[in-house]
Amino acid sequence: MAAVRIPPTLRAEVGGARELEADGSTVAEVIDDLIERYPPLAGQLLQDGELAPFVNVYVGGEDVRTRDGLDTPVRTGDQLILLPAMAGGS
Amino acid sequence: MATYRELLAQVKTEIDEISSIEAHERLESSDGSIFVDVREADEWDEGHVPGAIYTGRGRLEQRIEGLVPDKTRPLVVYCSAGSRSAFSAKVLEELGYSNVVNLAGGFADWKRNGFEVTIPRVLSPEQRARFSRHLLIPEVGEEGQQRLLDARVLLVGAGGLGSPASLYLAAAGVGTLGIIDADVVDESNLQRQVVHSTDRLGEPKVESAKRTLEALNPDVRVVPYQERLTSENVDRILSERWDVIVDGADNFPTRYLVNDASVWSGIPVVHGSIFRFEGQVTVFAPGVGPCYRCLFPQPPPPELAPSCAEGGVLGVLPGIIGSIQANETLKLILDRGDSLAGRLLLFDALSTTLDEVIVRRNPECPVCGDSPTITEYVDYVEFCNAPVHL
Repeated sequence: MAAVRIPPTLRAEVGGARELEADGSTVAEVIDDLIERYPPLAGQLLQDGELAPFVNVYVGGEDVRTRDGLDTPVRTGDQLILLPAMAGGS
Repeated sequence: MATYRELLAQVKTEIDEISSIEAHERLESSDGSIFVDVREADEWDEGHVPGAIYTGRGRLEQRIEGLVPDKTRPLVVYCSAGSRSAFSAKVLEELGYSNVVNLAGGFADWKRNGFEVTIPRVLSPEQRARFSRHLLIPEVGEEGQQRLLDARVLLVGAGGLGSPASLYLAAAGVGTLGIIDADVVDESNLQRQVVHSTDRLGEPKVESAKRTLEALNPDVRVVPYQERLTSENVDRILSERWDVIVDGADNFPTRYLVNDASVWSGIPVVHGSIFRFEGQVTVFAPGVGPCYRCLFPQPPPPELAPSCAEGGVLGVLPGIIGSIQANETLKLILDRGDSLAGRLLLFDALSTTLDEVIVRRNPECPVCGDSPTITEYVDYVEFCNAPVHL
């Protein structure tokens, strides 16, 4: 069980939640659990079964791409941060 | 009781002296000697040995250990004629400095030999008053303030982030602010874009910002670019010797353009972005840390991009993120502290929390990586249905 921080750009897909609990021992399993409950997230997070290039996932503050990608282990109590690129500045 | 002359003569037998010619050879050879100027402040202001440090004789004992902690460092002490500095050399030896010489004949003899002199730039009395709170901070001081006055910062966007960033940079005395924005002031801007005001509705944002910033600080020169940043004009604008770019754009094509251009021209970017209650802020320092494409290699497809105008933003949020951008910019100019390079701050205004994630340089980055695959500007399609404005 991990806490997943939902960025404002994805909250519409999850009924407005800012943080969700999700099951899984890897990033892939956690994301699958979220997508199962909130199917519209799939197109926002994955592309051809891989993490979409415009979304970052952090476990313990580290970008999972610099670790084992979707296979990066997730331990109970870890915080995951989903971070899509956002461009607003005005 | 000894007279002054007797005391001076006595001190001169106890210290080592070198001539101006020998001192000049030391300066030329960069042998690590530090020149210590013990004259009065007004004498220093009229010219000094290049690279010398100033203590004044009155505060020599108090200040020297902070300025030169290494007591084995060779010191060349000088005043105008070599007498005051003789006493100072003696005091420095008593403080434990083991390699001290007095400059015989002093600065007057140095000048007679035609050796180079640095005339320090001094702040005007008005600047001294205006920036007094900066001058009191050791990390800024007079030298730092001169750096700020000499600095050139380019702001991309005079909107939510550009407003507070430009206001604080102008107030801090950053001498030249370039501002790129094609837009005019609209009523819906005023809830957060605090550099503009109600009487500027319809006015180009760059002109409105210029008026506000130059009124705030007459030492600041604002260079307005009333145009949208594109692959055609980016090289022209960036070639104007900017020290730092503050990215407050509101669309992905401009973000990637700013990134690629800054990597190729070696200019650090202080990046901020905002959406509703959340902001992100970091520093991309070419050659030192990651770039925007290390963080996000490519923009999302237009249909998935977070919508711009309809997304909304809490008015104060750009105030917070833009102020952090100003802070990072000042630190980069002053070369002080630890920048946000390699760290992305995530601010949540609803819970008032600040998270930090690590951003690493990606060796496979298409722009700043070891084998770049992007070597010319990419014109991404515009996002949102409405025309894209900076």
